[in-house]
Amino acid sequence: MLQGINLACVRGDRELFKNINFSLEAGGLMQVHGPNGSGKTSLLRMLCGLSNPAAGEIRWCDKAIHSLDGDYFAVMTYIGHLSGTKDDLTVMENLRISSALAGSEISADQAKEALEYIGLSGREALPVKVLSQGQRRRVALARLLVCKTSVWILDEPLVALDVAAVKLIQGLLEQHLLQGGMVVMTTHQEIDIAAASITQLQLA
Amino acid sequence: MLMWIIKRDLLLAMRRQSDVFTILFFFIIVVSLFPLSVGPEMNMLRTMAPGVVWVAALLASMLSLGRMFSNDYVDGTLEQMLLSPQSLSLLVLGKALAHWLVTGIPLVLMAPILGIQYDLPIEALFVLTITLLLGTPVLSLIGAIGAALTLGLRGGGVLVSLLVLPLYIPVLIFGAGAVEANMAGVGYDAHLSLIGAFLLMSLVFAPWAAASSLRVSLE
Repeated sequence: MLQGINLACVRGDRELFKNINFSLEAGGLMQVHGPNGSGKTSLLRMLCGLSNPAAGEIRWCDKAIHSLDGDYFAVMTYIGHLSGTKDDLTVMENLRISSALAGSEISADQAKEALEYIGLSGREALPVKVLSQGQRRRVALARLLVCKTSVWILDEPLVALDVAAVKLIQGLLEQHLLQGGMVVMTTHQEIDIAAASITQLQLA
Repeated sequence: MLMWIIKRDLLLAMRRQSDVFTILFFFIIVVSLFPLSVGPEMNMLRTMAPGVVWVAALLASMLSLGRMFSNDYVDGTLEQMLLSPQSLSLLVLGKALAHWLVTGIPLVLMAPILGIQYDLPIEALFVLTITLLLGTPVLSLIGAIGAALTLGLRGGGVLVSLLVLPLYIPVLIFGAGAVEANMAGVGYDAHLSLIGAFLLMSLVFAPWAAASSLRVSLE
């Protein structure tokens, strides 16, 4: 269970949000809404442990995440605005290296399978720098197919994706939620994801 | 894990060989400038050789520090490394080792050849190479701390030299000192032991310090 208790975020001398409370059970989806600059990305970065909340606490299984460190990172995958891929490496190398660094090594066959599923077959050996924005996004999202984590924190995962890819990701998220995973995401696109429980979090 | 990060950085260096060669040529040119400007006075050249080669190695190693983390910072891969269940210190150690393999080893291999310009005797060339072999990893490890501290700052390149160069001084003193001692006919074991001690100390503390700085820099 992922819990946020009285979270607050301060940037400079501006308070972006305060008193944010939520609790996410297995199979639950949380969508974070809010206008530009309302602190959606800041909240997600707190949830994945990259930054600390100005006040409040984030708990995973009733323990504060900063006391868990590696144990929490082992069950969590974050895909942010930045793609997290190296331009000079090929699609295949990117996927295999990022998976290995995230703690789950995968074989070349597994990587190939995942890339085929996400619609990049035939491009495994191309360096990422020659791909389009949408394709780069697919490379980043391919990590979701090969990771074995239960909490997915996705910051605008659908940006630059075409209709077919959005459907693909939607299916992937639904399957993950059905298997008892959790998803926290922000998106400006209308998307209907079936989930056991859906929390809508509105930031002012 | 450690292997993966080293492999990754070596692969990236291979795809961008110009970066590696820039550093090596910088080293070669700086070292070669001195004999050209001072003139063929063997005695003077021999006296200044260890210092010049070592200072050039410091500068060359520092030249590439800015890139150690900043490229990964820009494309988001560093962020992902911070979220790895593996220890961040280990990752930093891997990156520092890769940095040494790419920038340190070529300097070590080149040094004995450049030393000939200074009319160094064979044995002194040998000692110079050994000190560089032991000392350059220290430069990469200490440099990692500076690179992590200045990550994302404007004008970080100048700041990193101000932070890191003073910390390089002990290695410089004992590195150049070992060669001088050898040429003076004194033993150089003590110098080597001290550089070895610096290496061990930086192996233990530098990755940890750099990892903590990275967490602060990325918050």
